[in-house]
Amino acid sequence: MDQGFFLLFATVSVITALMLVVARNPVHSALALMACFLQISAIFVLLEAPLLAVIQIFVYVGAIMVLFLFVIMMIDMREAVLQRFLPGGNLPALVLLVVLGVEMIVLVFWSDSFSVATPATAGGGDTIRTLGTTLFADYLLPFEAASVILLVALVGAIVLARKEPG
Amino acid sequence: MVPLSWSVLLGVVLFVIGAGGVLLRRNILVVLMSLELLLNSVNINFIAFGRHYDDFRGQIFAIFVIAITAAEVAVALGILVALVRNKHTLKVDDVTIMKG
Repeated sequence: MDQGFFLLFATVSVITALMLVVARNPVHSALALMACFLQISAIFVLLEAPLLAVIQIFVYVGAIMVLFLFVIMMIDMREAVLQRFLPGGNLPALVLLVVLGVEMIVLVFWSDSFSVATPATAGGGDTIRTLGTTLFADYLLPFEAASVILLVALVGAIVLARKEPG
Repeated sequence: MVPLSWSVLLGVVLFVIGAGGVLLRRNILVVLMSLELLLNSVNINFIAFGRHYDDFRGQIFAIFVIAITAAEVAVALGILVALVRNKHTLKVDDVTIMKG
């Protein structure tokens, strides 16, 4: 049951990711990426991380992709739509991609630890409560650093996008 | 119960697709979106390993990755808007001022 759903979501997410890369119009790319993020959040549910699934939908689909769509609407895209790929010289990049993929897959399937190791006992219980306690007790400093980074990014984005005075 | 290797394989496939978008596309917006896809495939790995070893640190790392991604996108799109206002281009190849 779980495996069937995982295969379904994984297939759809890979297809939408390919559409993201291949689509000529950036709006289509953004919509395909939105669909891909929804599939990935469903996969997070299957991986027993419901909080992460909700955060994924809120932050990625709700905030980041809407930001992308706003910027696409603000910018005049007409001449950028026409050109899809670099006219030539794609070969090194393609070779690099193939090497990267083959290397990662070989490393995954050569190591026995993936198939042998038995999964730990199902967590169950109050996972979200434990997660929150861990986040605010053991990881308080990174949490505060992340909040400062978000504040700096907010101020920086406003300063960058502002028109020059005078 | 989903095997760990399936999740890792999905992460690999999405990472390669996202890297292809970063390397092959010339549109800055699509390059940024492919970057999001890369970060998401890493998140899948974090959460899959976190569940496999019954450890919360995977999910906590994923939360931090999402937060940093939000900051990165805000800054990147601000730079993009300033770039389009000044140079009227969206192609990666046209933005080579800092090449020296």
